[in-house]
Amino acid sequence: MKFSDNWLRSLVRIDADRATLCRRLTMAGLEVEGVEVLGEGLGGVVVGEIVSAERHPHADKLQVCRVSTGQGEPLQIVCGAPNARVGLKAPLATIGATLPNGMAIRQAALRGVESHGMLCSAKELALDGDAAGLLELPADAPVGAPLSQWLGLPDAAIEIKLTPNRPDCLGMAGLAAEVATLFDAARVAWDEAPAATTSQAARAVRIASPADCPRYLGRVVEGIDPAAPTPVWMAERLRRAGVRPISAVVDCTNYVMLELGQPMHAFDHDRLRGGVVVRRAAPGESAKLLDEREVALDPGFLVIADDGGPVAVAGVMGGWDSRVTDATRSVFLEAAHFAPAAIIGRARRLGLHTDASHRFERGVDPGLPRRALERLTQLLLSIVGGQAGPVVAAEHPEALPPTPTIRLRAARLARVLGMDVPRERVGAILAGLGMRVTADADGWTVQPPSARFDIAIEEDLIEEVVRVHGYEQVPVRIPTALLQVETVTETRVEASALRRALVARGYAECIDFAFVPAGTLADWGLADGAVALANPLSADLAVMRTALLPGLVEAARRNLARQQARLRLFEFGRVFHAATTAGAGPIERDRLAGVVLGRAVAEHWDSGKRAADFFDLKGDVEALLALAAADDVQFVAGGPAWLHPGRSATVLRSGSPVGWVGVLHPRLQALLDLGHDPLVFELDLDPLCRRSVPRANDLSRFPSVRRDIAMVLPQGVAWAAVEACARQAAGPALRALHLFDEYIGTGLKPDTRSLAIGLILQDDSRTLTDADADAAVGAVVAALGRDFAAVLRS
Amino acid sequence: MDSLIHEYEPKIRDAADLDALEAMRVALLGKSGVITEQLKALGKLAPDERKARGEQVNIAKVRLQDAIASRRAALEAAALEARLAAERIDVTMPGRHVDPGVAHPVSRTIERMVSIFSRMGYAVADGPEIEDDEHNFEALNFPPHHPARAMHDTFYFPDGRLLRTHTSPVQVRYMRDHRPPLRMLAIGKVYRSDSDQTHSPMFHQMEGLVVDETANFAELKGTLAQFVRAFFERDFEMQFRPSYFPFTEPSCEVDIRWERADGSKAWLEVLGGGMVHPNVLRACNIDPERYTGYAFGLGIERFAMLRYGVSDLRAFYDNDLRFLRQFA
Repeated sequence: MKFSDNWLRSLVRIDADRATLCRRLTMAGLEVEGVEVLGEGLGGVVVGEIVSAERHPHADKLQVCRVSTGQGEPLQIVCGAPNARVGLKAPLATIGATLPNGMAIRQAALRGVESHGMLCSAKELALDGDAAGLLELPADAPVGAPLSQWLGLPDAAIEIKLTPNRPDCLGMAGLAAEVATLFDAARVAWDEAPAATTSQAARAVRIASPADCPRYLGRVVEGIDPAAPTPVWMAERLRRAGVRPISAVVDCTNYVMLELGQPMHAFDHDRLRGGVVVRRAAPGESAKLLDEREVALDPGFLVIADDGGPVAVAGVMGGWDSRVTDATRSVFLEAAHFAPAAIIGRARRLGLHTDASHRFERGVDPGLPRRALERLTQLLLSIVGGQAGPVVAAEHPEALPPTPTIRLRAARLARVLGMDVPRERVGAILAGLGMRVTADADGWTVQPPSARFDIAIEEDLIEEVVRVHGYEQVPVRIPTALLQVETVTETRVEASALRRALVARGYAECIDFAFVPAGTLADWGLADGAVALANPLSADLAVMRTALLPGLVEAARRNLARQQARLRLFEFGRVFHAATTAGAGPIERDRLAGVVLGRAVAEHWDSGKRAADFFDLKGDVEALLALAAADDVQFVAGGPAWLHPGRSATVLRSGSPVGWVGVLHPRLQALLDLGHDPLVFELDLDPLCRRSVPRANDLSRFPSVRRDIAMVLPQGVAWAAVEACARQAAGPALRALHLFDEYIGTGLKPDTRSLAIGLILQDDSRTLTDADADAAVGAVVAALGRDFAAVLRS
Repeated sequence: MDSLIHEYEPKIRDAADLDALEAMRVALLGKSGVITEQLKALGKLAPDERKARGEQVNIAKVRLQDAIASRRAALEAAALEARLAAERIDVTMPGRHVDPGVAHPVSRTIERMVSIFSRMGYAVADGPEIEDDEHNFEALNFPPHHPARAMHDTFYFPDGRLLRTHTSPVQVRYMRDHRPPLRMLAIGKVYRSDSDQTHSPMFHQMEGLVVDETANFAELKGTLAQFVRAFFERDFEMQFRPSYFPFTEPSCEVDIRWERADGSKAWLEVLGGGMVHPNVLRACNIDPERYTGYAFGLGIERFAMLRYGVSDLRAFYDNDLRFLRQFA
């Protein structure tokens, strides 16, 4: 909502300066977003009239004008504006004036011709951005009058950000009422005497859908002058409110809307056929609107129709065929109350947002139509002339929104705010806001004015009281609460602990958008079950990710392009898959993913240059699992199609897959143009975080024994299988088992490898003998021989 | 015996190394060393002669032993010196270390906020990011097509579900699962179909909720004032302005008086909040006559930008290591 400061001050008597006004509005919830100062520094600028114009003798694009200022001889002015012509009235900056842009006007010769001032554009006067030509003033502009005085300047266009609950302030009258309350100031009434009815012309109106439109008022005004100009005071107020003046009739309807908040419409009376009816659109109906678009309608839309069909979409926009034109001699004026529910969302469905729909969606005072129609008639008669016919009304009072009676309890007010507001202050605030208030011992009984759609319950009144009383009056109090401690779980690893572990291992955390291009998921083979947005911002942000890695690998790629050679990235985030059962919401899982590229260790004078490999990455993943003290984890060879089939593993916890770790498939590396071998992991967070509370056992008082063996096994026997077999065979005395070497090569048969295993044995009740240890080792060797044809390496 | 002393003392003093010294010790004091032989020979002497001779031999023995010990100490000290000199390294060269990684500034900010509110007894809750209209809007007192919905540019799915536009639906879920008194913190990603220099289609919100029999607006002000002070580690001038959210009433926006780099000051909006609307409590089966509540919300990135001097919102999602490493 943008409005002229001067206009507001003509409606309410306040002395506050502009800054104080703006601050008070902001602190009352009508946040001032911008103030555009207009017409300052226009001293010496007057209304001039060009009485002659001749071509400059030495310049094609200049004219030598004689400009009347109403007194003395016309002044000779050299002017380059293309619209300078005889008879035009335009602002003239006289000698000695200084324009808002700092230009001082002096007598000067332009290409050898004396100029005694300057004719100005709107931009040169800082009134508008228009620099195309002289600001054309209307024919009735008084020659010689100071421009600022005549235009009602200086002024300011103040823009407030109105919240959706305050449609009452979408009109100057409502805003003035609010300001009057805030400043405890008097309002200024204007002449609202009804116009005399001097014509019998009328058009029948009927409401077919009373719940949508409880009140519809119409009036015909005959014999108007369609060429009559809009008076400058009205045009200026419209302009400063951000509304472009169009024609006198349209400007008057817009003016009344801005003044009272009631959207109005004027039809060309002679282009309507028969009576008008307010009804729902029939299936298949359409209408051509003022924006010249033909729109398809359905029974969801409320329309104004004549015998020929819809002539307006109610509360949104008028129709093209019945619009007011420069040939219009009679107008049919509409002032109606449309229920918000009948208007909400309709403009949006038509791809529109109009001043009318903006107001009707939020709620317009149902008491306004008659007042607004009288005001519009009064303005029209004085500006475009004509004879007004009688007001024809269709009304269904039972369908009007009821005026609620609301109880405000003093105790509740104090309880919600945490402070006492003096009782007389409460009463004064509510009364000042136009409410009917009855005070009693425990509180107040309140009837809000019909303009305040937002006031329905006690809390609404509490908000009004504290809003006007001032939020700054509410004390800042340290909260008191019953101290209730939640149990602190020890059976989940916090994400923050995983984050710290990764950071300690050199990983940097990334955050990617949760939506990705559909093509990326297809490239990865991850498009199955992906959920697409209905209204994405762009094709690159169209589908919810089904995995974190596509985004994270892309982040790695971008960093490589920025000359970052050694990368360790990770991300916590959610992935989304379509529901597997009908009607259920998509499945969301929290995941943790990582990417490693480049050297195993950062460049250092005494460290090798080895590239990170699978076991570096696996070590990092194992470090995460160690936080969960997980003893139920298996890495099983193989993984999804986006991983290298021979260098990837599926991570199992208690036998269920929880994620993958491996080298990105060479096909994807080529596709993504990475030029490196990224190592990646992606894990489901929930199973990863599961852990148990540690449980302590008594320590053995007896020494442990270590025995090392080297077993030669066929290639292809997985270490995990060897380990499981050895653990099983070693018996209860086994405390730990280490793989401390792998050997392949000279001395071994092809297709075999030697694994060196350390066994740590210990008993809780006695010292183990050599014979005990030998027996355990023997059992391990025998079991490995039996299960895998393994032999002890000699 | 004096000649023995005179002969050996300089030799001992000049012994080149520990081996030479040891050879000398053996020659003098070893099993068949000169002094040892002298002592053995004492037994063959007459008793009176033996005593005088014994004293002389012992004096010589002690003097030579002292000389050897002193020389040994000197040689050992020199050897240690030499070893230490040989072992000298350049301690200014870089140590072996794992290059530290870094947590994302948004995570860093979130952990900081959780830490502050945990001390005030708030429990952290979470909910789905793909929500239904009921949780994201209706239960929060946004009727269908309400103009307030226009303030939330919403991403929809073809089935009518949507990406949550705020963390407030977590409030609804939490209130339906827990009975008052309750204090809850919801943190997570939220989505709005808006993208420019100051808007990201995905960003992070934190939302707090308190419902009990005594919650009031003055305590909301106190809570937010304490939080701002705890987060920025300094006092701010703050102002609470009336505003409108469908799910709170009265509602407020909170500005802090922020000093810009050039020294000028401006009010910066950083928080929104209000008393939980009775319709929201009712939608969660909580009796608004018995209980009152307050709720507040903020944008994590906004706080991270102010705290760490980040000038461009988009840097948070670009994942440029050069940017991220600044938060190590």
